[in-house]
Amino acid sequence: MVSPPRTTAVHLDAAAEPLHPAARDVLLAALDEGWADPLALHTAGRRARLLLDNAREVIAVLLDSRPDELSFTASGTAAVHSALLGTAEGRRRVGTTVVHSAVEHSSVLHAAGWLSRHGGTAVSLPVDRLGRVDTELYAAAVRAGGVAVACLQLANSEVGTVQPVESVAQLCAEHGVPLLVDAAGAVGRVDVPGGWSLLSASARRWGGPAGVGVRLVRKGVRWREPGPADDRGFVNVAAAAAAAAALQAVSAERAEVAARQWQLVTRIREQVAATVPDVEVVGDPELRLPHVVTFSCLYVEGEALVGELDRRGFAVASGSACTASTLEPSHVLAAMGVTTHGNVRVSLPRDVTEADVEAFLAVLPGVVAGLRDRVGM
Amino acid sequence: MSDQPSPDQPSPDRPSLVLDCRGKRCPLPVVELARRLDDVAVGQVLAVVADDPAARVDIPAWCRMRGQEYVGAGAAPDHDDGVPAYLVRRVS
Repeated sequence: MVSPPRTTAVHLDAAAEPLHPAARDVLLAALDEGWADPLALHTAGRRARLLLDNAREVIAVLLDSRPDELSFTASGTAAVHSALLGTAEGRRRVGTTVVHSAVEHSSVLHAAGWLSRHGGTAVSLPVDRLGRVDTELYAAAVRAGGVAVACLQLANSEVGTVQPVESVAQLCAEHGVPLLVDAAGAVGRVDVPGGWSLLSASARRWGGPAGVGVRLVRKGVRWREPGPADDRGFVNVAAAAAAAAALQAVSAERAEVAARQWQLVTRIREQVAATVPDVEVVGDPELRLPHVVTFSCLYVEGEALVGELDRRGFAVASGSACTASTLEPSHVLAAMGVTTHGNVRVSLPRDVTEADVEAFLAVLPGVVAGLRDRVGM
Repeated sequence: MSDQPSPDQPSPDRPSLVLDCRGKRCPLPVVELARRLDDVAVGQVLAVVADDPAARVDIPAWCRMRGQEYVGAGAAPDHDDGVPAYLVRRVS
């Protein structure tokens, strides 16, 4: 008999989770208060300006930076693009090479690809089975000279592995190469180490609204606006204010939330390996984000797995090729050399409960077995 | 001759079984591989001809997980269509 679809979905895909309640309250208030052009000189404009300056200050301080080093962008992707291309532009006399790991977010890969089609060189560094870049390889690439900018994510959002950002920042500093740290997906989850020259992040990923990216450029870094320099863009003041409120709230709750998520992910890692045959749980089990776990089940189609889990009331993501419009598997899983089919990515939202996770773990082995039956495995 | 392995291919890696998985999407090439590996003797090589981009990653990873030897990728022995053949030696 076919079990009926569950009515209440368990959301295990925190790449997008509902707006943090604190951010929602601020957003609604700021829509009424901060609708004017923050560059206008009248009262309504000054009111918007005050909200925007406050948001900038709150986020900068929480990221261990200064308000005048922070710019709001239209997305995390836009922050990465402008950080990377602007540094390449500012340092074109030093070199035209961009160094990055093979598991960076697609926004980094796309910007690096764009540079290499416009006279630059992109150097992609391999990662180990856990998805971590090798510090020695990174050092060699930076030592080679002619490097305009190096880029490394704080942690991988797909598999959770935390990168050796502190060591890489140190060796970049030794060679005078600015390091762009892509902190999207890690801000509000783990400590952000210092030593970066540029930093990009995305408010949506810390419980803020979509459409707010953050770009930090340290004083002294040679950075130029790529494309036409234009500071008259109308920032979404209400969304920026909500992003600041969300970061404040998640930073205050972080110790408690991260500890709970860490335990639940440990439980998922252990149980999946124990109850699902022919499965590989990937990513670093220890040096990882608190809330992300990815595993691949042999002989199962990722799309079917996501669909079947969704029908049972569990929303998960997947890095399998059949879940992407391009039919290319996740570049992260491919770089790690782990199977890309039958892939499930679980990322826990802040309000996930132990009961949610146990319910997921209870249905998973049967779902996988059922899908394997269909192909006779 | 198109049905012979290329002459520069070392003979121990000559496949004794070729699975044509053209047009099959993940995970079907891996399912076929798992199903048919027992059809070759231990020490012999099986070729999976697959145009699915995921096979490039998934076949070596399957070998690692299942303790079989991934020999490498070459041109498909039967057609000259540029589709890769992934070679797997049965170890156990």
